[in-house]
Amino acid sequence: MDCTIGFTLNGKKVCVTTDPIRRLIDVLRDDFGLKGVKEGCSEGECGACSILFNGKMVTSCIIPVGAADGQDIMTIEGVSATERGQVIVQAFADGGAVQCGYCIPGMVIAAYYLLSNNPNPTEEEIRLGISGNICRCTGYDLIVESIKLAAERGGKLWKK
Amino acid sequence: MVVGDISKAVRRVDAVSKCEGTIQYISDYSFEDCLWGRLVRSSIPRGNIKEIHLPPMPEGYRFITYKDIPEGGRNHLHMIATDWKCFAETEVRYVGETIGIMVGPDKDTVERLREAVVVDYEELTPAVTIDEGLECKGGAFLNKDNIHCRLKLEVGDVDKAFAKADRIVTETLETGFQEHIYLETNGCCCIPEGDRYVIYSSAQCPFYISKSVSPILGITPDKVIVRQTTTGGAFGGKEHFPDVLAGPVILAAYVMKKGVKMFFDREEDIENSVKRHPSKVVFKTALDKDGNILAMDSKVCYNVGGYLASSFVVLQRGCFHVTGCYSFPNIRTEGLGVATNTFPSCAFRGFGAPQTLFAVETHMCHIAEMLGKDPLEYKRKYFIKQGDTTSTNGKIIERVMIPEMLEQVMKASDYERKSREYKWGSGRGIGISFYNHGGAFTGNGEQAIIKAKCRLHKFADGTVEILCGQTEMGQGFHTILPKIAAHVLEIPMEKVIFKDPDTSRVPDSGPTAASRSTMIVGELVERAARLMKPRYDKEEDFTVETNYEHPEGYPWDQSTFQGYAYLGYGWGVCAVEVEVDPCTAEITTKGIWSSHDCGHLIDERIVHGQVNGGVIQGLGWGSTEVMQNFEGHFRQTSLSDYIIPTSMDFPKQGVFFVENPYEWGPFGAKGMGELVFNGSAAAYIDAVSKAIGKRISSIPLPTEDVMTYMLHGTDIRAALEEVR
Repeated sequence: MDCTIGFTLNGKKVCVTTDPIRRLIDVLRDDFGLKGVKEGCSEGECGACSILFNGKMVTSCIIPVGAADGQDIMTIEGVSATERGQVIVQAFADGGAVQCGYCIPGMVIAAYYLLSNNPNPTEEEIRLGISGNICRCTGYDLIVESIKLAAERGGKLWKK
Repeated sequence: MVVGDISKAVRRVDAVSKCEGTIQYISDYSFEDCLWGRLVRSSIPRGNIKEIHLPPMPEGYRFITYKDIPEGGRNHLHMIATDWKCFAETEVRYVGETIGIMVGPDKDTVERLREAVVVDYEELTPAVTIDEGLECKGGAFLNKDNIHCRLKLEVGDVDKAFAKADRIVTETLETGFQEHIYLETNGCCCIPEGDRYVIYSSAQCPFYISKSVSPILGITPDKVIVRQTTTGGAFGGKEHFPDVLAGPVILAAYVMKKGVKMFFDREEDIENSVKRHPSKVVFKTALDKDGNILAMDSKVCYNVGGYLASSFVVLQRGCFHVTGCYSFPNIRTEGLGVATNTFPSCAFRGFGAPQTLFAVETHMCHIAEMLGKDPLEYKRKYFIKQGDTTSTNGKIIERVMIPEMLEQVMKASDYERKSREYKWGSGRGIGISFYNHGGAFTGNGEQAIIKAKCRLHKFADGTVEILCGQTEMGQGFHTILPKIAAHVLEIPMEKVIFKDPDTSRVPDSGPTAASRSTMIVGELVERAARLMKPRYDKEEDFTVETNYEHPEGYPWDQSTFQGYAYLGYGWGVCAVEVEVDPCTAEITTKGIWSSHDCGHLIDERIVHGQVNGGVIQGLGWGSTEVMQNFEGHFRQTSLSDYIIPTSMDFPKQGVFFVENPYEWGPFGAKGMGELVFNGSAAAYIDAVSKAIGKRISSIPLPTEDVMTYMLHGTDIRAALEEVR
């Protein structure tokens, strides 16, 4: 049975009337046109569909939209429009983090989540921070380097 | 203005739009008014279709099979060979073989109807492994012997060398299936436009699709326009395989007179897509009394699956690379492409070379260890050099810089000390491998088959468009090609346009495969830009075109496989260091160092990224990527059970290059996309084998198997079996 579900999406109050057990990824992509949220595995393994859910990184392919009621959701579209998000985007572009790009919106979310909670991560912490995001192209090294670059460039921006 | 060395890294043109999620992959398009399609497939590995029972079909829904192919159309997919059918008719040869396509306006209804189709079969006993295929288990289903293709090569006189040998040792080395796991799964949409069909596809080779599926409708390839959509990884998995989607989809669009779209989710994509060929290589190597190699005889068997498609070319490349980076006086190679009841194997980064390179590297280690010699020192004696004879009786044209590359890797990895200190079986090990990859199509294929051409068009406003069929799939070609043109024309890269190809407006410059795009098409663009340059300031709106020209004096006979198989090779050296937990058998990779010769680098950061990704993908193939086929069904069907490397599995790599400009490449560049995959698995196995003191002859090697080797394996120094 359809319900009306209201939440904050990329800073704006939205509501949608739909079946609450639909996957959040489908609602974000199909109802709100947020195509930057990518589907890679449909089971929460690859991280391509990562979003921020009340500030925490989650995979939107295994969350029913009903769980979003009253919550705060940020997708890549929202994150990349922020100053912090742009620091990551530019660092990824300069650092060679991007190849086929399909995992990259999720990687940007992971980097954003990591740096927001740990402004000066070690290499080990960066690797742990993106370990839920699978990339088949890069072997991860240049993504890790790019996140280091974003930490440096962002400086104080990452401190709360 | 682009100035200075072309190798200096630039920002990729697609980086920001990919980061921000604004670039569109095929599933991001709405393709409104298109019907949904889903394939009905064989659920058995071998048998005959007796009857198909359809559920009650609502209006506007239809189940389409080979019977709907119009008069004059053919039920096959043209992928080098033409044996792979678009739809099964009576016989099914593998689980997942397309039987029909269910189409209709509502996605969920299409899925419900598809699930309700019942197919009655007469089931037959399948042959799944290479051995079962060779034994013709259940009776041969192809020819009389289940052999799709075979070839033989000989250099020198192997029989004579064998007769003189002190001993002849034999060993079998095996590799498994590997799934591509491009992060973006397959998708295809076909829209009829007048008498033409427009196909949107996540694909490497748009012209392959036109050629492959136009015969289904009995129309010419120019009536099938293919537009590549941003491709989220491919690795060979989107070389011929997109035809398997495009075939049923174009027929459905023809029958329904409407657009039809079809997307695979991950499970469907893993279960029902091509894989890397499993291999079995049997060596017989003749040694003199001092352990020197007199001759090497190899039998190379690849598991081809139900249909041949492109596999003969894969097998050829495998056989041509079976002597790796070594020169032996006498070489005999027999290649067999074995028919089995598995999903047809197809292209995967390396295209047959990684399997034989793993085999020869590992075999060389094992001979040395049996002799009590250091594997590196043993291999060193046989390094191939400029002017030496190859496995096809050609010569190595270029300077081979393996000694220089080895020095870089040894120094960076502290190889000598570690190799001395880490005793075999001590729990620590450092391994090393040597590998190469012949660039572009084999022999004179670029001239005889591909005939690549490329155009540059200058517009009045000074912008230049590159027109060719090459695709960006993550490797960086949207950046590389404009960089080459801009560099020659001395204009900013932003003034050079290079779009995803549309087969109706670009010339066919050949497939984006075989590590040929930079080496061959990059060269065409460089030459075109040089032709354009003197006219650039004087003329407003004009086009220049270049065609591939094969250098004279390097003959190749495709009927006998004799001559210069490749004009240039990429070369690689890779070292891997591991530590094994004595209680849990868990392996920690402590270091990875590689050096590659890719000629002159067009963009050092893009090449660096290719090295990183290729090396890790090779390590995945050698370690965790277990893909089993049980009675015709793949056992691993998701990212939960098919384990590819994460950021935690391998440490940061040491990446080195040597400068060795290639005479016929743009700015001296050679192919490198596949090379970088070819060697890391062998180095890893060498390292693990030394660490645990046991001989390892097959991959993948997941942790659970390491324990088995530790408890029950053969000692690393054990004598190899002798034959006479």
